[in-house]
Amino acid sequence: MFEAFSYITLQHYWWIIVSLLGAILVFLMFVQGGQTLIYTIGKTNDERTILINLLGRKWEFTFTTLVTFGGAFFASFPLFYSTSFGGAYWVWIVILFAFIIQAVSYEYRSKAGNFLGKRTYEVFLLLNGILAPVLIGTAVATFFTGSQFSVNFMNITRLTGDKMPVISEWMGPAHGLEAALSLHNLTLGLAVLFLSRVLALLYFMNRIKHAEMMERVKKQLLINAIPFVFFFLTFVIWTLLSSGFAVNPETKEVFVEPYKYLHNLLQMPVVAVMFVLGVALVLIGIIRPLTCFEKCSTKGIWGAGIGTVLTVLALFLLAGFNNTAYYPSTFDLQSSLTIQNSSSSQYTLTAMSYVSLLVPFVIAYIWIAWRAIDNKKIDMEELDNETHVY
Amino acid sequence: MEHIDFSLVDWSRAQFALTAMYHWLFVPLTLGLSFIVAFMETLYVRTGNPEWKRITKFWMTIFGINFAIGVATGIILEFEFGTNWSNYSWFVGDIFGAPLAIEGIMAFFLESTFIAVMFFGWNKVSKKFHLLSTWLVAFGSNLSALWILVANAWMQNPVGMKFNPDTARNEMVNFWEVLFSPVAINKFLHTISSGYVLASVFVIGVSAWYLLKNREHLFAKRSIIVAAVFGLVTSLFVVLTGDGSARNMAQHQPMKFAAMENLYVGQQNAPLVAIGILKENVKEAAHKKQDFRFMIEIPNMLSYMAFLDPNAYVPGIQDLVHGNPEHQILSYKEKSEKGKIAITSLAEYKNAKKTGNDSLANAALVKFEENYKYFGYGYYEGRELHELVPSVPTTFYSFRVMVGLGFHFMLLFFVVLVLTLKDKIAKNKWVLYTALWSIPLAYIASELGWVVAEVGRQPWVIQDILPTIAAVSQLQPTSVQITFWMFFLIFTALLIAEIKIMTKQIKKGPGEDAPSNESASANN
Repeated sequence: MFEAFSYITLQHYWWIIVSLLGAILVFLMFVQGGQTLIYTIGKTNDERTILINLLGRKWEFTFTTLVTFGGAFFASFPLFYSTSFGGAYWVWIVILFAFIIQAVSYEYRSKAGNFLGKRTYEVFLLLNGILAPVLIGTAVATFFTGSQFSVNFMNITRLTGDKMPVISEWMGPAHGLEAALSLHNLTLGLAVLFLSRVLALLYFMNRIKHAEMMERVKKQLLINAIPFVFFFLTFVIWTLLSSGFAVNPETKEVFVEPYKYLHNLLQMPVVAVMFVLGVALVLIGIIRPLTCFEKCSTKGIWGAGIGTVLTVLALFLLAGFNNTAYYPSTFDLQSSLTIQNSSSSQYTLTAMSYVSLLVPFVIAYIWIAWRAIDNKKIDMEELDNETHVY
Repeated sequence: MEHIDFSLVDWSRAQFALTAMYHWLFVPLTLGLSFIVAFMETLYVRTGNPEWKRITKFWMTIFGINFAIGVATGIILEFEFGTNWSNYSWFVGDIFGAPLAIEGIMAFFLESTFIAVMFFGWNKVSKKFHLLSTWLVAFGSNLSALWILVANAWMQNPVGMKFNPDTARNEMVNFWEVLFSPVAINKFLHTISSGYVLASVFVIGVSAWYLLKNREHLFAKRSIIVAAVFGLVTSLFVVLTGDGSARNMAQHQPMKFAAMENLYVGQQNAPLVAIGILKENVKEAAHKKQDFRFMIEIPNMLSYMAFLDPNAYVPGIQDLVHGNPEHQILSYKEKSEKGKIAITSLAEYKNAKKTGNDSLANAALVKFEENYKYFGYGYYEGRELHELVPSVPTTFYSFRVMVGLGFHFMLLFFVVLVLTLKDKIAKNKWVLYTALWSIPLAYIASELGWVVAEVGRQPWVIQDILPTIAAVSQLQPTSVQITFWMFFLIFTALLIAEIKIMTKQIKKGPGEDAPSNESASANN
């Protein structure tokens, strides 16, 4: 089946899959957002226990999606993996570190003999909750703003001289951390942070049975929605008005094109619709619980969740489709990565495409398992009857 | 070679070794305990006996504590290929990336989805669905091991690929060859079954502690029976696949094999040194046959182990370094010259292509392809070729300690099983103490297995094709140094936390299965 696809079709197909995984990852970062709200929403020990147990049953999905996103990116666009991870070293290492400390925190936080103390694990959750969305957001923003690196396959033949035989060389002064210092990138990072908090609040509305906490959740929703909308719009407008990195489909030459991302949006109506629909759904998901809390509060997460996936997917497609360099180099334009020059071979993409057919099954069993254990809202009574409590 | 930053290479290697060894402290218990727990729960569902449920839940708690830190230490390994071995990621990413992605899609989601049901589903889903979830967790964690071990095996024995000079990388041409290479199959089976052995030793050791403390007799004996049977059966697999791995190594990685055996001078009818103490500080060229301070050997056994033929010739380190025309072994000097030709012809090809000189490009390509087999050796042209010899004492001793401990565990399984079935185990204090002290030994054996595999293959990241010096990312050595210590500190702190939590939990014991749960589930 996939053998009949052309190389360029497979490259597009895999860009969609990687983008979809990235989009789902951003949605699932509601876990991170929730981790930053534990003390804001939970005022007593019991309340915090409810929140941590609620998030603790979902954190692994976010984590697994991140790992799969990384694996899929490696398998389909290995040059990105080698250039970005090896170059923007520090930004990725800090992100990874934030996930390392998260992975043990739920399980160890309330266990006797946990060595570092309950508070430390809660701080770990907070650090992960802030660092992961902000830094992943800024890293993704570089898809539009560019980084400083060069790629030269010939480097591998260096046997003498004063330089290592390394293909990808990073010129950024802080090995990736410079990305987090750019205001343009940071607007996306902060937008993702506040989005993850908004999604967490909507998730709490959907899952918690606790009157006082709901009051706080409701109040926080507006407080977090405003900065989210502000930072998101700033990033989007800034990006659409900036120059972008275009590729000449014939010569493969990369050049700077004014309003490239705006052009992409206009030239790809499907993506434009997806983007507008996504943003609208997120906004509806936020506004409805504010205006009709009693009836609509449990549904906000669905609208905003689906909206998030659509919006992020559209952003990734704006960065990679329509003859655009998705990982531009501002140091050497011609080193910029495109879905064509950075992808795996046609054989590997074909083989991996068969594997991608498993994805619907994975989604189906995740759905079945979630439904089975999330059949009613969570409260202290539920936790008292539970044998595995974080 | 002044252009190679050895400090960078060494710190990058150290970081990978550190993170991999930490990760491996937790993986084998996950691999084995997941199945042991699944067996126990099956017994519960079959018999309806609540004692089995209590047993299952206790080991499940231990599983959870261990699993969390396994996840924490695991994420870095996947991304480290990019962060610290960026050249590697491009050079072979076309082949190596696929198993990593498949691991995520096939295995990790299975694990993480059903682990939630396993922990939180007791009062929410039917007994059968819960049991199925527990089995799926076991299946998922072992499936993830399959893919990552396929990837590792491929590095030791690169098959199913072809170099593409235009993209300067290796590309996959046969997925099935990568998946079903004998090295991959042996490595997978050997590694997972060694994990089952470790988990069995762990369960038996902890149960022995309860018996020593005169607590939880029924719980301990039942746990011992399940674990001893599982351990005994899987030990046989460890032996069989270990034997297969040795044969693979002799064929594909003769230097690793020679180093592991301290075999400097190749020979026919080579004996296997079962126990030996090496002479120290002997220069490689000064080594003679059977150069040991002390040894016990089994005649012809090494030749048989390597090639299933007691008369077979096994090359030694000197033969591999200096060559042996009689046995058609090229010296490292010749190989490095050929490797250099491969590397420079690749450069010529690229330049000719750029200038549009097709005939020159084709000529360079022919030269390149003739010598590609030795590509990695080219980076050592003009260098001390002994850099291509791995540490002999490390691999030699690691291998012997690992094998010796493996047989010790087998005997332990047998003895505790017989004693438990005869109901005499509680009285045999020394057996119980041996079982308890075998827990750290199991971890040592397991780590040493990886030491043999990974130290033994140095300096190759991809056997013969890519050495560590050409695989690293271009970073400041101090950056890698800092991250090394970051990982060291956090992993050590988490390890201490894990051990403390686990010992607390074990001291607390399986406890009563709170009756409120039973009634709560009945009310639901």
